[in-house]
Amino acid sequence: MRCRKCRQKAVINMRQHRLALCRDHYVEWFQQQTARTIKKYKMIRRDEPVLVAVSGGKDSLALWDVLLELGYRADGFYLRLGIDEGIGYSDESYAKIKQFVAQHPGTRLHVVDVKETYGETIPEVARRVRRGRGKPCSVCGLIKRHEMNRVAYELGYPVLATGHNLDDEAAVLFSNTLNWQVGYLARQYPVLPGREGFARKVKPFCRFYERETAAYALLRGIDYMYEECPFSVGANTIYYKELLNTLERERPGAKLHFYLSFLRAKEKEGLFADWEEPSVELHACERCGQPTSAPGRCAFCRLWPEDVLEQPHESFVPLTLVEGA
Amino acid sequence: MSEQAEKVKVVLRRQTWEVEPGITARQLLEHLNLNPESYLVTRDGELISDDTVIRPGDTIRLVAVISGG
Ligand code: SF4
Ligand SMILES: [Zn+2]
Ligand SMILES: [Zn+2]
Repeated sequence: MRCRKCRQKAVINMRQHRLALCRDHYVEWFQQQTARTIKKYKMIRRDEPVLVAVSGGKDSLALWDVLLELGYRADGFYLRLGIDEGIGYSDESYAKIKQFVAQHPGTRLHVVDVKETYGETIPEVARRVRRGRGKPCSVCGLIKRHEMNRVAYELGYPVLATGHNLDDEAAVLFSNTLNWQVGYLARQYPVLPGREGFARKVKPFCRFYERETAAYALLRGIDYMYEECPFSVGANTIYYKELLNTLERERPGAKLHFYLSFLRAKEKEGLFADWEEPSVELHACERCGQPTSAPGRCAFCRLWPEDVLEQPHESFVPLTLVEGA
Repeated sequence: MSEQAEKVKVVLRRQTWEVEPGITARQLLEHLNLNPESYLVTRDGELISDDTVIRPGDTIRLVAVISGG
């Protein structure tokens, strides 16, 4: 297989696009496609600083790399979850991120350590509050969302970018369709507008297959966290991704079509356009100000004992690392 | 030691296989019952495309691309 642009040996063939590319042209194509997605969905303005949520995995580090290459002022946010489970998952993820920062002088990384800030690691909180049948994922998701919003707000970032790829989005879409979760389907989109001072959320990789983000990370020499979080074993997302890839193997492009035609139906045919949020009144949490449907405090603030939340403001400020600036 | 006897070593995480050379990267994945959509194939740390033929003595490392959670 030869590169479509220069006829050199191709390193990747994307059957759904009938496109094979060499190393250099793949990297160029990948960055240009990201720029097109950002433009198409008006994700990030040129003058806006972006906060990139990084986990140490391939998608988020590749996204950070591309945004920097495209000239955005992109800084990282990492939440230390304190997940060890005998394989040092969080420590190793953090090491990968610090290595990335060291290789990109001048970039900033904001870090919040859940245990240092709130007194418990993610698995510890999950055990105490007994939410989510032995898996900390529901508590973890809640804490991640809250802390991303909080840090973007407090540090003044109007945009928050995550590394979700098309496989992630298609798996969520598939699961929400199997269950006809109309509310979730109505909201699923590559960009979610910000509200009341909270950052807009964008997914610039939403049109890439997972194997493409992995290929980009590999070709750019990004050393990412290859091991999965030990709690992700048996996750529904993985099961749905495998199902979709079984389909994709027989019918190249099926996965792409499934997701893009959903977006097109929303954009062009008004799918779910007149769906109205059941009138749950959102109001600001009385402690942290983030939108919540429950009266009083939001689910995040209800996780913690009073003395934790009453610490002086400094204890909540993220640690900021800047390498070689 | 004849060239023909040289097998190909394939590594995926903590698993290893030995296979006969002469097939393409995509055929290799099919042969190991792995979905080619879910793996990348590398040789000496370099990404190789689906139709690249695996040579005797190659060491092939597979990269799983599906992540979840
Ligand atoms: S798998 Fe669960 S616990 Fe692990 S990072 Fe993801 S949400 Fe958190
Ligand atoms: Zn080329
Ligand atoms: Zn709150």
